[in-house]
Amino acid sequence: MGMTMTQKILAKHAGLDSVRAGHLIQAKLDLVLGNDITTPVAINEFEAAGFQQVFDKSRIAMVMDHFAPNKDIKSATQCKQCRTFARRFDIDNFYDVGAMGIEHALLPELGLVAPGETVIGADSHTCTYGALGAFSTGVGSTDLGAAMGAGETWFKVPSAIKVYLTGKMKPYVSGKDVILTLIGMIGVDGARYQSLEFTGPGVANLTIYDRLTISNMAIEAGGKNGIFPVDDVTRAYVEGRVNRPWTAFEADEDAEYERTIEIDLSQVECTVAWPHLPENAHSAREGKDIAIDQIVIGSCTNGQLPDMAAAAEIMKGRHLAPGVRGIIIPATQSVYRECMHLGYTDIFLDAGCIVSTPTCGPCLGGYMGILAAGERCVSSTNRNFVGRMGHVDSEVYLASPAVAAASGIAGHICHPEEVVNK
Amino acid sequence: MNAHGFVHKYGDHVDTDVIIPARYLATQDAKELASHCMVDIDADFVNKVKEGDIMVAGANFGCGSSREHAPIAIKASGISCVIAKNFARIFYRNAINIGLAILECPAASEGIDNGDEVAVDFDTGVITNITKSETYQAEPFPPFIKDMIAKGGLMASLKAREAAK
Repeated sequence: MGMTMTQKILAKHAGLDSVRAGHLIQAKLDLVLGNDITTPVAINEFEAAGFQQVFDKSRIAMVMDHFAPNKDIKSATQCKQCRTFARRFDIDNFYDVGAMGIEHALLPELGLVAPGETVIGADSHTCTYGALGAFSTGVGSTDLGAAMGAGETWFKVPSAIKVYLTGKMKPYVSGKDVILTLIGMIGVDGARYQSLEFTGPGVANLTIYDRLTISNMAIEAGGKNGIFPVDDVTRAYVEGRVNRPWTAFEADEDAEYERTIEIDLSQVECTVAWPHLPENAHSAREGKDIAIDQIVIGSCTNGQLPDMAAAAEIMKGRHLAPGVRGIIIPATQSVYRECMHLGYTDIFLDAGCIVSTPTCGPCLGGYMGILAAGERCVSSTNRNFVGRMGHVDSEVYLASPAVAAASGIAGHICHPEEVVNK
Repeated sequence: MNAHGFVHKYGDHVDTDVIIPARYLATQDAKELASHCMVDIDADFVNKVKEGDIMVAGANFGCGSSREHAPIAIKASGISCVIAKNFARIFYRNAINIGLAILECPAASEGIDNGDEVAVDFDTGVITNITKSETYQAEPFPPFIKDMIAKGGLMASLKAREAAK
């Protein structure tokens, strides 16, 4: 019996010729990641366990992105603890305010993840790097602490769902709409403990940024990871970023999948996930009667340059509807700078938006755009759980940057065509 | 190792954002985290919960964020065991790593109601609903996981193993 792409990467890192779904393995890690929320707990565990050294100072990444620039004294104290630890062990990839971006946009941008590598991060959206053909998954702080010391961790080898993509997306449809559609089909636990392995001729029609968004939200279907094959699109992205040898793994022809889901990309509509679960997928055109108070465009899901471009295209020469607040958060310093150079920042400011330094901020209800009771936000982020962006009686509608931008202009949830064709 | 207490019952897809909202994540103090546990779906939980009580829920318990603060908050609130139809994978791993006892048991998840008095035998996996005079069978943990939970989690058990050498 053959192996899936994920299983092959795991076998390689476990030093085994083959693995099967359900096997418990010990695997070597190419990179371990933490942020300013999860790393302090991991440092406590690391120290309590009596580790005197990190396994490899070049294979640990720490990104101060969640509550940074710090929102209060407690969050400042947590960043300080990370900073002290990074200095003590001379951690190469410590990213503080001024250098940091949102972790899952920053690491690929800097070439810290390459195809075929194995990465764990104490952040559930660590699954993002599957877009590059790597195995990556979220863990908790104790696992991070142990991995910082040992450089390896245990995994249960996952079974897989094959997601077979065909066709090409329509205008204004993006990776966000594809993943919201998929989660709508299989539910928030549809891929629980499993790999989502994307394949088929439609993959070639997805940009690396579409893929990053899709892999990012594999966790929202309960998935352990969401992975794409390595092709010319991947190679073009990692070239010049990754300066070390890497391996492109391919699923075996006779790999075993628990089921196959087919999606014709040409049939995917601009999709919005209604509160309070990412599986509540609706067409953006159904949102005419849903008035909104705020839009957020950013996050590890949709804070990349093409996301900013999609929002700017719709906002150019237009203004937010009265009463709507617009919060734009480019995911990294480089995206932030490009927004200035390309004129997007002016477009956003002219439209009545604010443009923030990179931060996870409002996505998880941290700061920079918290909602009051009864308020509604269309957000390009990844979760719309009860209280996720603020008050328990507030509502988050998940959408692409294009739909969020158009909804901000219209004052209600809408398809971009409604704004552009007006 | 056993648990015995009254049940706090919740539905499907209880996510880590409602177990411990991000606005309370600027601390690592277990007691402080526990003082906000479940606040967004059950504001009264922290007043009702008693040492040894048991949490019962539906499918996909602990979905969403990887924050270990979620099982830490539940454990520090006094909950002795979480029983669910099934768990999201990161939460499952985190709970074991920090020494919070959890059991997957669809029959118990369906049969047990809020306020029921329940006893759990971790050696046999038998869950007894004292209020309803029913029993449900869960798959018991293998000895090494039981040992890890008894010692207080992964790091504590590794340390104990190191000390025994």
